[in-house]
Amino acid sequence: MSALVIDSVSKNFGGVQALTDVSFSIAPGERRLIIGPNGAGKTTLFNMLSGAFPVSSGQVTLFGRDITNAPPNLRANLGLARTFQITNLFPNLTVMENLILALQAQHEHAFSMFRLMRKESALFDRAQALLSQWGLSDIAGARAREISYGQQRQVDLILAMAGAPKVLLLDEPTAGLSAAEVVRVVGMIGDLPADMTVLMIEHDMDVAFDIADRIAVLHQGCLIAEGTPDEIRGHPQVTEIYLGAD
Amino acid sequence: MKTTSPARMALFLAVAAALALILPYVLTPYYLGLVVKMMIFALFAMSLDLLIGFTGMASLGHAAYFGLSAYVTGLTALTLGWNVWLALPAGLMASAVAAGLFGLLALRTRGSYFLMITLALSQLMWGIAFGWRSLTGGDDGLPDVPRPRLWQGYSLTDGVSFYFFAFGLIALSGWLLYRITASPFGQCLRGIRESETRMLALGYDIWRYKFTAFVLGGLFAGLAGSLYVYYNRFVSPDYIHVARSAEVLLMVILGGAGTLIGPAVGAAIIVALENVISAYTERWVMLLGFVYVIVALFAPNGLTGLIESLRKKRAGP
Repeated sequence: MSALVIDSVSKNFGGVQALTDVSFSIAPGERRLIIGPNGAGKTTLFNMLSGAFPVSSGQVTLFGRDITNAPPNLRANLGLARTFQITNLFPNLTVMENLILALQAQHEHAFSMFRLMRKESALFDRAQALLSQWGLSDIAGARAREISYGQQRQVDLILAMAGAPKVLLLDEPTAGLSAAEVVRVVGMIGDLPADMTVLMIEHDMDVAFDIADRIAVLHQGCLIAEGTPDEIRGHPQVTEIYLGAD
Repeated sequence: MKTTSPARMALFLAVAAALALILPYVLTPYYLGLVVKMMIFALFAMSLDLLIGFTGMASLGHAAYFGLSAYVTGLTALTLGWNVWLALPAGLMASAVAAGLFGLLALRTRGSYFLMITLALSQLMWGIAFGWRSLTGGDDGLPDVPRPRLWQGYSLTDGVSFYFFAFGLIALSGWLLYRITASPFGQCLRGIRESETRMLALGYDIWRYKFTAFVLGGLFAGLAGSLYVYYNRFVSPDYIHVARSAEVLLMVILGGAGTLIGPAVGAAIIVALENVISAYTERWVMLLGFVYVIVALFAPNGLTGLIESLRKKRAGP
């Protein structure tokens, strides 16, 4: 069974056709990259998949379950996590508190008023372990808005993967990062569990072709090509979009 | 998370409790009454802080629950002769139900739209209290609400016993509010304040959290309102008016939203100022506006924020 099936999804923003009849499916454990010029509809597609906006038509299926009209929180509980193109953390909370919120999302006791947060030592231990795993222990007590942009991107990524999702949507995780930070974030993505399905938007072609098992190319809201990195590299229409005609 | 050491916290609580026990015996009845008023508004402000400071929902209609509970407690005590064991819970129940119903509507919006709809809903309640003369007495209000009668023949008629009654309930509420904000639920409220979209993407059903916080805020505001009607022995549409909602909003902002203790201190300051200044001038509301401008300019994070930044400055960069 496919991890994620996108079936003839279209999106119309009051007359602007952002996506037209996009269909493709992603196998479990696949690293799927979405590329395309600005305005191609990549982030719109992500917002359809994560449930931020409703689709105009079409269907989205997660492991055989129709999630086309499911609210974002339900999709997350079904194992679909996402990062954001524009960093979306809890700015006035510490990095540790950010992680705690990510970790306790799947616990029913998140709603409890009769426990004390500071006594949830199992959660703090897991958050600590995640931070040290990614070498960020020293910023645990800093507020998310005070850490560097590169660190914020990494925390954004950790928040999404903390709940061990089955499918992870990454919206330009390397955008705006320095060369060294790109290497770091690409390393983090490479270290994700092999059975985690990753769908990722990326502008940097080197990064995209490096990570991808398969690539989907969007242009003006349409899926114009799909295939392995080698197939995409040689695809005439893709070359035309990126390098210009003739 | 900034935490105070348990030893300092215990010391602070011990001093506060000792002070609370001594006060009735050192203050004149007039000033003791003023302290009770401060405590009631401290609870009112803390209940609003749960919405504004912790969940990021700026309500400009919080007096609706304060006033409704006051009316229900006052009316049932006056017309049905209910004692405090019935009249007070009836008020709380009414304010919680109203908060639930209003929450269903208001929580469809956020930001300034939320502010407007909470304002509109509270003014609706004000209109009912003002217009339904046969029930509420209109703008004359309901005078002669009896002081709480704990059991047959024992009413809290004197200032000291009423002080302890109010203090007990308000201290308990303050502790409950603290526990709520220090719980996983409270942490989720902060998450919602910081980023609703991220909370949704993490899998939180944020509506459920916001709705619960909204009803809890209404419930504690209702307790403050019921205590206030017993305190004043009177209730009028002023209890619900937007001016009161704005006043309690100012208490929260003056003290520092999101800290509980800040809004409680803010409430005490505003009540004290109002008391002192209205002895000299009738332009109290103008002064309130002046206070607001000063706070917005020089202490946008309230007094607790001001103290925090001064402490940081002293500690060096």
